Amino acid sequence: MGAAVCSAVVAAGVLLSFAAAGSVVDGVLDPTTRTVGLGRRAGRPVWETARLLRQRRRSTVAPDALLWRGGTAAPLVIALLMAAIIPAGATAAADPLVGVVWFNTLDVALWLIVWVAGWGANSVHALIGGYRFLAQALAYELPLMFALTAPAVAAGSLRISDVVARQHGLWFVVWMPVAFLAFLGAVAGFSLWGPLAYPAGRDIAGGVLAEPSGPDRLVLAAGRYALLAAGAGMATALFLGGGAGPMLPGWCWSVLKTAVVLVALVAVRRRLPVLRADRVMRLAWLVVLPATLLQLLAVSVIAVERS
Amino acid sequence: MRTAAFVVLAVLAVAAGITIFTVNSMARATVALAVSFVAVGAAILLIDAPYLGVITILMMLMEMGIMAVFMIMYMMNPGGLMPMSMMHNKRGAVAISVGVFLLLAAGAVFAPWPQRRGEPPADPTRALGQALMGSKMLVMMIVSAVLFATIVSALVLATGRGRYDRDTPAALTDGQQS
Repeated sequence: MGAAVCSAVVAAGVLLSFAAAGSVVDGVLDPTTRTVGLGRRAGRPVWETARLLRQRRRSTVAPDALLWRGGTAAPLVIALLMAAIIPAGATAAADPLVGVVWFNTLDVALWLIVWVAGWGANSVHALIGGYRFLAQALAYELPLMFALTAPAVAAGSLRISDVVARQHGLWFVVWMPVAFLAFLGAVAGFSLWGPLAYPAGRDIAGGVLAEPSGPDRLVLAAGRYALLAAGAGMATALFLGGGAGPMLPGWCWSVLKTAVVLVALVAVRRRLPVLRADRVMRLAWLVVLPATLLQLLAVSVIAVERS
Repeated sequence: MRTAAFVVLAVLAVAAGITIFTVNSMARATVALAVSFVAVGAAILLIDAPYLGVITILMMLMEMGIMAVFMIMYMMNPGGLMPMSMMHNKRGAVAISVGVFLLLAAGAVFAPWPQRRGEPPADPTRALGQALMGSKMLVMMIVSAVLFATIVSALVLATGRGRYDRDTPAALTDGQQS
């Protein structure tokens, strides 16, 4: 029992460190602050945390406070629950029999959570943001499900440790590149990030990010970076061989690979335009979904041949 | 330990279920229903059926997310933050729901449950899949592909001329071309 609590605390600490690191990278890459010194840009999570903790909470007229607070705090909780099953090397806080489905369930929980965060504020921009998230979720969710199915089919198991073990010698990314890319796209989707940041778009004053202030905003922003970090960790475990690598110990490789994926995800933010939900829908259902299905077919045929 | 967890989850499920009819906002009713379903899914986890439990939570949360949109869309009071009641024909509804609850609970309590035979399998998910599909796997696979193709083609047909109409400039001036 003590060991389980200990490893859960470690997982939470690692996730929050990655979230902070993602925020640092984002601060450094932000072109609008190029005139500011590198030290101040890199220290952005610290200054932002201090500023938001001191900021007085601003409210709207007649918000649904319970749902609003719940919706802004829950993304961080979801990211922590995801982190519980992400292995570092050979160890994870938990390794349930249905780890892949567990991850999928948590990301589906964000459908209701982000919508509720937009709804609760009783503000039109936030509300539009919440509805946009649902529209976009309809687009990215099915490709994500099939992208998650591919490694599970190849490993013949829904347990994350089995998926990692099956990649011995050949990482899944080599023969499932489409599933890997669809997965990363979906991570950007449920983190409201980069080209899929439409629910938090500038055209609606930040959408679901428009109204939260002070500690609420801090928790929501941290949750967003934590979701990105959890997605990067899961991509490492499912497609990049987990802790496999020469010389260094397993956990070291897990951390390194997760960091590389996370930096790539963060860097994409200002290099791609934000897509409107209907365009995301068309892209997802007409291009990505058939591509992931073909990927899954190929993986299934290979898996049958191998067994 | 398990019994305690079950009692907590069962009470949570029923309490959240009752909450649906006492809150005065559609959004809160939806969230209460979602909490109730999550508690039921977690209770299924207690009988060592992890796949069934987790997939129940997944399906129900997804469903609630979509349902919220439609519930609010069809409400006479779309704001939802204004006072409203989910109840019509209050006395009859209470009588029916309490009656059904007692009937089902009595069934669960008084039914002669069989004793476990044999050991639980190492991977309950695989055993479940075999038990459900086993000999009918080929049929199920074909049917699922056909169903999925139907959904996709229905969507393509329905959205061929969607709200944004493929955002080609010509389409925007459709009405004025003639």
